[in-house]
Amino acid sequence: MSNYIKLIALGLVALFSMMAINYARDVAYMVHAIIILLVSGGLFIWTLRKTDEPVTSVDLSGEYMDGVVRAGVIATALWGVVGFLAGVFIAFQLAFPELNFEWAQGYANFGRLRPLHTSAVIFAFGGNALIATSFYVVQRTSAARLWGGNLAWFVFWGYQLFIVLAATGYLLGATQSKEYAEPEWYVDLWLTVVWVAYLAVFLGTIIRRKEPHIYVANWFYLSFIVTVAMLHVVNNMSIPVSIWGSRSVQVMSGVQDAMTQWWYGHNAVGFFLTAGFLGMMYYFIPKQAERPVFSYKLSIIHFWALIFIYIWAGPHHLHYTALPDWASTLGMVFSVVLWMPSWGGMINGLMTLSGAWDKLRTDPIIRMMVISVGFYGMSTFEGPMMSIRAVNSLSHYTDWTIGHVHSGALGWNGMITFGALYFLTPVLWKRERLYSLSLVSWHFWLATIGIVLYAASMWVTGIMEGLMWREVDANGFLVNSFADTVAAKFPMYVVRGLGGVLFLAGAVIMVYNLWMTVRKAPAKEASLSVAVPAE
Amino acid sequence: MTKKSEIKKGDPETTGHSWDGIEEFNNPLPRWWVWVFYATIVWGVIYTIAYPAWPLVNSATAGVMGWSTRANVAAEIAAAEEANAAINERLASVELASIADDAELSTYAVSAGSAVFKTWCAQCHGSGAAGAKGYPNLLDDAWLWGGDIENIHYTISHGIRNEDDPDARYSEMPAFGRDELLSGEEIDQVVNYVMSLSGEPQDASLVEAGAEVFSYNCAACHGEDAQGDNLQGAPNLADAIWLYGGDYDTIHNTVYYSRFGVMPPWSEEASPAGRLSEAEIRAVATYVHQLGGGE
Repeated sequence: MSNYIKLIALGLVALFSMMAINYARDVAYMVHAIIILLVSGGLFIWTLRKTDEPVTSVDLSGEYMDGVVRAGVIATALWGVVGFLAGVFIAFQLAFPELNFEWAQGYANFGRLRPLHTSAVIFAFGGNALIATSFYVVQRTSAARLWGGNLAWFVFWGYQLFIVLAATGYLLGATQSKEYAEPEWYVDLWLTVVWVAYLAVFLGTIIRRKEPHIYVANWFYLSFIVTVAMLHVVNNMSIPVSIWGSRSVQVMSGVQDAMTQWWYGHNAVGFFLTAGFLGMMYYFIPKQAERPVFSYKLSIIHFWALIFIYIWAGPHHLHYTALPDWASTLGMVFSVVLWMPSWGGMINGLMTLSGAWDKLRTDPIIRMMVISVGFYGMSTFEGPMMSIRAVNSLSHYTDWTIGHVHSGALGWNGMITFGALYFLTPVLWKRERLYSLSLVSWHFWLATIGIVLYAASMWVTGIMEGLMWREVDANGFLVNSFADTVAAKFPMYVVRGLGGVLFLAGAVIMVYNLWMTVRKAPAKEASLSVAVPAE
Repeated sequence: MTKKSEIKKGDPETTGHSWDGIEEFNNPLPRWWVWVFYATIVWGVIYTIAYPAWPLVNSATAGVMGWSTRANVAAEIAAAEEANAAINERLASVELASIADDAELSTYAVSAGSAVFKTWCAQCHGSGAAGAKGYPNLLDDAWLWGGDIENIHYTISHGIRNEDDPDARYSEMPAFGRDELLSGEEIDQVVNYVMSLSGEPQDASLVEAGAEVFSYNCAACHGEDAQGDNLQGAPNLADAIWLYGGDYDTIHNTVYYSRFGVMPPWSEEASPAGRLSEAEIRAVATYVHQLGGGE
């Protein structure tokens, strides 16, 4: 019966997208309508072929749902390489503007590729990592199968569709020009649907848990899912110009819009890239180290402090702008107070290894996780420092910000995700071990040196640029033009690009290693996928 | 079945919870962590009392320090203007030609003019003033409207071929091809002639005919010897310096469609936004004059 409802719905979507192709007011909208037509048409045929076929029903409620996590691991690895590649390319576009090819103007110039890079790494790589690991962790730590049956698969494929729509939209020029929230209105609506389904699966699984308490990793994951939903809905409030076009008009304007955007933007960092990834950290570090978490009390206190304080810190992105001084002060104060709550996660991560420090020598995966927490600690100190108005007046709009973001993104988010992928792949594909630990070591060193080159070169250019912008002569006149500062940054731009190449090379080695683990590593005898409470 | 956390001798108590083998120690909060956290909170409270911070119904607390970004920047601008007020006044009132002879004034004018140039002029003329296609190089001694300080000052104040300032420099080259003033053959001839003045013509057999076309149609502005005329902004065509390019196609385009380069006026009276003060215009004129080509 439900198949008939699905067929009607898919048919209507396909019909609507055909009309949309016909009436499309811009190319991006038309291409998106074609993509949706292909997806809904394909699903229609697939569903039709299944309808009224005999179904063999197997009771899976006692087993973990790992298929969707496996798909998530594959998606994370692949989108990661795509996102890093885009990053390396645009880094070299900045160093060598000739790479903005004449024939690709309007599609592959820096302005179009930059949001492609940021969204690919944050939402495609990071988002898939979060969805996959949260599905894995919530099942294992709740001793329950994912709630909602195939809803988890809907979340996975729906999220991939969001990524494809966002990415093609950027290349074709459909953007609402809000950093990290570039996709246009219908893509935002679609993501909202997917995200509500994600929340339902996650929450449903927690409610069905067989453990008495909710593990700390799940608090972080849940806060990430709930807060991102709120941020996404509020920041993307807009009115479409036409239902047949991709353009829309923001509901808020001026400084209100800017403040909403950076409330969103900063908490995308806070809840997507910090809280969500802390959830990852809280599961995979104790598992890989085989040691208890350092302090339960600390995890409670720093969790509540972090989520309460983070949400107020956004205005530090708008120091010395049209934003009123009072909002700027509050943003700065909350950012500085955020320092210790952020470091609570670092302490719990690092101290979990106390008593197991010897593993740093023997286990490159642990090494990856430790350096990830190290970068987390460094960027969560650097962030509050840069939010201080006096520091910000030097650092803002310079490459220092870019360096800060990347030491967090490559160091913390990248490394903890790599660690999680190395942990998950043998478990999910039931292998004894990884194909090669020495390749993990190679990945570790390439990525670490890459990050150091990246961060160091951006500190140098950022501070140099900031000082050049404010340099005045004895009479109070500016000494440098903007183009002078751009010219001065060239060597460091090349160093930054090389750092990116190393990081990308490490990720390619990882993909090879994971692939060979699935293909070649010896299989494990016993299955681990039965849901049993730990105590 | 699930691998459990290893507990070693001397480890503290755990909470007794276990998830997928993960346990938790019952360690207290690190003391230093708690104290630094408290310290940042105390600092935060004090800071928000000192600075504008807490929103009220229609306004916000102003902070006991009386600090405000707008007041600060206004004070900084006022201080800079105050510090330079006397010399600016002198710069705006002396004879233009005498600035170069006054060491203090010319040093000041060059540094102020360089800042003005980087802010307002570099977009077209380049940050090093070397120009670009359609935007004259200001480093050389080839001038379209005159390169002495008076002429540079006039050009900056009123601009060229703009609609904002009735005193803007004005001249217009006819579009010889588009408006059918010359035949295609004649244009071909005159282009070859112009090329022969500073380099190789494309077709030497046309040069002689081109010279005749030139003297009837072009010499009135560019001069019999093609040396140009600064009074009309007519470029010298014999010096191998090209504003738009000296190859056959570019010159052909210029003759066929003509050119109409525009520069905005910068004086307070002429530009709607009142962009530059008299002292600033004199400063940037002095800066451009001393770059190398000033007459």
